[in-house]
Amino acid sequence: MEFISSLWYAIPEVLRTVIVILLQIVAVVIPLILTVAYTTYAERKVIGFMQGRMGPNRVGPRGLLQPFADTVKLLLKEVIIPTKSDRYLFLLAPILALAPAFSAWVVIPFSENMVLADINAGLLFILALSSLGVYGIIIAGWASNSKYSMLSAMRIGAQMVSYEIAMGFALGGVLIASGSLNLNDIVRAQSGSIFSWFAWPLFGLFIVYFISGVAETNRAPFDVAEGESEIVAGFHVEYSGIAFALFFLAEYANMIMISALTSIMFLGGWLSPFQGLDFLINIPVIGLFFGNGIHWLALKIAFFLLLYLWFRATFPRYRYDQIMRLGWKVLIPVTFVWIFFEIIAVALGWQPWL
Amino acid sequence: MFEQILFYWFTAVLLLAAIGVVVARNPVYSALSLILAFFTMTALWLLMEAEFLAIALILVYVGAVMVLFLFVIMMLDLKIVEREGFMRYLPIGLGVAGMVALEMIMVLQRSNFDAERYIAPDAPADFNNAEALGELLYTHYLYPFEIAAVVLLVAVIAAILLTLRKRDASDQPAKTQDIDQQVRVKREDRVRLVKMKSE
Repeated sequence: MEFISSLWYAIPEVLRTVIVILLQIVAVVIPLILTVAYTTYAERKVIGFMQGRMGPNRVGPRGLLQPFADTVKLLLKEVIIPTKSDRYLFLLAPILALAPAFSAWVVIPFSENMVLADINAGLLFILALSSLGVYGIIIAGWASNSKYSMLSAMRIGAQMVSYEIAMGFALGGVLIASGSLNLNDIVRAQSGSIFSWFAWPLFGLFIVYFISGVAETNRAPFDVAEGESEIVAGFHVEYSGIAFALFFLAEYANMIMISALTSIMFLGGWLSPFQGLDFLINIPVIGLFFGNGIHWLALKIAFFLLLYLWFRATFPRYRYDQIMRLGWKVLIPVTFVWIFFEIIAVALGWQPWL
Repeated sequence: MFEQILFYWFTAVLLLAAIGVVVARNPVYSALSLILAFFTMTALWLLMEAEFLAIALILVYVGAVMVLFLFVIMMLDLKIVEREGFMRYLPIGLGVAGMVALEMIMVLQRSNFDAERYIAPDAPADFNNAEALGELLYTHYLYPFEIAAVVLLVAVIAAILLTLRKRDASDQPAKTQDIDQQVRVKREDRVRLVKMKSE
């Protein structure tokens, strides 16, 4: 042990910082990629169930190894670069889509002390990074030199810029209620019992946030960017193999991100819904389950991911102008009104969440 | 030490990106370089512990303004321009650059501008600069802030009015879709069942 620590301190300080940061990145990214893999599996199983099909059931017991089979297949396929495309931007685009989707995870508090970067402006950081995600897609659409990709990039750009506004206002509501931009403080501001979660006083913002989150990640019913019937597959028509898989990975990482944020900001993150019921928490072993912890965050994320899949199996795709109308004429006014009354409530000192 | 390496790295990238904006032949590359320049700029601001401003810069410029910019450039489908007239515009360009450099030198020189007064105070570790900025904006600078907001509102309304299209000169509004009506449509409005003998 002593040998290892002396070896550790023999490394120059700069290198040590870099190593620690790299290890932290790995600690967040590996579980995230595994979650993405099993979200795709869950998606196929859940939608299969809803449509009366089996879903994947060949690779491994109950098809549990299917995500790995898919990954290996995508890794082994050739990445075709269209002749007339801009090859550097074409290859840069998937990376630009993936990087913000992954790096936003550094500020997510997984439990009381489990957060990589406990920064003051966590909420703003997330908002900024989610607005960066659009570049990967726009650049992919342009660099492919394909009409379909370009059309899809246009649609997605307008859609993401519009829904970001509603999303930002919903976050503003949370900010007013909690009085902090730090995500861990936001979770702590909701402690007490299940009734002090922000989902109750900010119910409208909660709904608006999740709907804009679905639109922001281009999932059904807002997936006009990939409308198969009109523009083949959208911005990634020209991509194959692992380059395509990276877009896929980014999309699912963003889905999980939105689910995590919704649970953190409106459903109390790692707080247990049984908080305040001490007789349950004081039971020996089972009490650990009823207490606060990362498992509650995981369960809440899983719930929102299920909603994503449920939406996809239930709703037909929106028409493009309907998406714009919903964003600008319904969601944004709702947030305006809700925040207006919230500000009045705060100014009068009437805070049901305290 | 580590921060210094980061600083030099970001500065180098920033300068290269800024040069890229000017020299790139493809306008899309120029726009992308500008985005990179903004982005590295925010990294420098973060190093100076101005995290709120840095993130606001990303949100506003990188996240919204440059997206629209990029769109326009991509939509216009500009051809890659040859560098013609480079020598002709060189004197003007150099003149402007020299002017800006001169002004910056004048500002930064302590004896002229007393820059020492503006050195950031040592902030405590839990200093929240979003809070400090908000307090200043909504107390000390409330009127300028409100006036700026009103000016922006006027600009927004003007932009909407300028692009509001009317059908010919007859003052009729442009064709629009009433989505409520579309959503409320019933089967009876669209489908007519015809009973006929099979042939």
